[in-house]
Amino acid sequence: MKIIVCAKQVPDTNEVKIDPVKGTLIRDGVPSILNPDDANALEAALQIKDANPDTKVSIISMGPPQAHYMLRECLAMGADEAFLINGRVFSGADTCATSTTIAGGIQAIGDYDIIFAGRQAIDGDTAQVGPQIAQRLGLPVVTYVQGIREIKDGSIVVERQMEDGYEVIEVQTPCVLTCVKELNEPRYMSIKGILEAYDTPIKEFLTPEEIGLVADQCGLKASPTQVLRSFAPAPKGKGRMLEGTVVEMAKELVSSLQEKHIV
Amino acid sequence: MIFQEKYELIRKLAREFAEKELTNDVLDKVEETGVFPQEILDKMAKAGFFGIKLPKEYGGQGGDHLAYVIVMEEIARVSAVASLYVSSPNSLAGGPLLLSGTHEQLEKYLRPCVTGEKVLCFALTEPGAGSDAGSMTTTAVEDGDDYILNGRKCFITMAPLSDYAIIYAKTDKSKGSRGISAFIVHMDWPGVSCGKAEDKMGLKGCATSDIILENVRVPKENMLGELNRGFSNAMKTLDVGRIGVAAQSIGVAQGCLDEAIKYAKERKQFGTPIAKFQNTQFTLADMATKLTAAKELVYQAAIARDMGKPDSKVASMAKYFASEVCNEIAAKAVQIHGGYGFIKEYKVERMYRDCRVFTIYEGTSQIQQMVIANALLK
Repeated sequence: MKIIVCAKQVPDTNEVKIDPVKGTLIRDGVPSILNPDDANALEAALQIKDANPDTKVSIISMGPPQAHYMLRECLAMGADEAFLINGRVFSGADTCATSTTIAGGIQAIGDYDIIFAGRQAIDGDTAQVGPQIAQRLGLPVVTYVQGIREIKDGSIVVERQMEDGYEVIEVQTPCVLTCVKELNEPRYMSIKGILEAYDTPIKEFLTPEEIGLVADQCGLKASPTQVLRSFAPAPKGKGRMLEGTVVEMAKELVSSLQEKHIV
Repeated sequence: MIFQEKYELIRKLAREFAEKELTNDVLDKVEETGVFPQEILDKMAKAGFFGIKLPKEYGGQGGDHLAYVIVMEEIARVSAVASLYVSSPNSLAGGPLLLSGTHEQLEKYLRPCVTGEKVLCFALTEPGAGSDAGSMTTTAVEDGDDYILNGRKCFITMAPLSDYAIIYAKTDKSKGSRGISAFIVHMDWPGVSCGKAEDKMGLKGCATSDIILENVRVPKENMLGELNRGFSNAMKTLDVGRIGVAAQSIGVAQGCLDEAIKYAKERKQFGTPIAKFQNTQFTLADMATKLTAAKELVYQAAIARDMGKPDSKVASMAKYFASEVCNEIAAKAVQIHGGYGFIKEYKVERMYRDCRVFTIYEGTSQIQQMVIANALLK
């Protein structure tokens, strides 16, 4: 079986702060990580490989050269090969251009049975790229996959997460599955995996032509979405801690609420 | 020290593992029960921590000493006792096998320890033979196709948890340290028993006990290395082992420094965080400077080995300096915590106790000074 996993390197949003004046992310000193849902997608692929050792797991990503680090991480977890679509022409892409590009990359890699992606990336939270890739490749897609029940010849049975339960769906392969964190617990890398990851060359697609596209289909030029403004919600003021006995604190609380005409 | 990216990724793995698995709840329970969870050991084995620098042909990861040091450091930063489980198969227990084992012995004994299926311990010390290991009294007497072992080993890390032990015994009493041989002994063989687990000051969660040998029949094929060459095997093992203890030391010291910085920013006295006081600042500056110097020495000792230029003097310096500095940093971290540093709820209380043995085991600071001085004066 051949599996392709779409992965993205994202800033660790737990560490990100927003510039209050410019409204942009302060990226300095913020670690970049493998997008968490993508780690679940990779784990799903690796579990299939554990059960069927002749499975080949390929990783594809679009991003700057720094994304090599994240791809090494994927290789160290157990992926067989990694591809990076990397070049200025691809930058500034919205989800529309990104999915065109990734779909081109997938076609350049060739044969596949399942394409796994994370539900969404923590830096954009759109959840659009996975389904768009499916559309561009003419494949069925199941989003929000929280469980894989059975892999059959020519189809796969999965659980699709709903707000109040889940659906069981049998979908023909090849297909695209987007994964949620409930699907599994991503494995750790291994020491051997890390050492071998640095002996595995990462294959790069540097031009649109290599993935069957032209420049006008990539990057900012091909992106209908434009961000007009981004802003951080104003932080709440610092709370006030009351001190003293319960009775004293209750009195002070009531009187200050009365002062503000809240009660 | 600037590391190649692969070592940064190894550090990331070890750090994420330590922070995610070795939570306060888990570590409190380990302290309370003295038992380390098997589930975490299984995960360590899977991540390759038991065979970092052991060859791939015996199930190891094929890494080097620097990779080993980095993993030890990051695990010890969160839990010193957890790092013992990493060091044992990689170093003290796996070391003697790797140095002198035959292919069959390595397959039979090293491989299952690397995968975490079996546990092996290193038994050199005796009640009357600590720093002076050559004065041991455990004997191995030839008897047909076997040797008969008698004696008592003490302070053996992991003895009660072990399936096998590397036992050093006198095969020729007239020759002192040149009359010692090493044997691989199964802990379930007739005549082998363990003493009561010691009630230690620190490193709780990894049982240490005596091993008592009463007429234990050991087949000749279980002799490790050549007859009467066991002492050299033990010394070479300890030479490498020192780098591991040095790595534990910089790990625990880093953990103490992290806690001290965090606490100094939070704790207010005289209306201001104590981090604003110059005394606290200078203490932290001293701790960080000495720690950085210790790290350089430890990495240097590891890299020297990896480059095929092992240097016993530097390994001893690394163990000596890092373990002493770690104790100093731990004491200062407790001092910065004031009364709270004396309370079990704060991590530095455990770290302070855990690191005390670093200047003692695998060669005391004084033994390291002897090694260093001997190298200088030869």
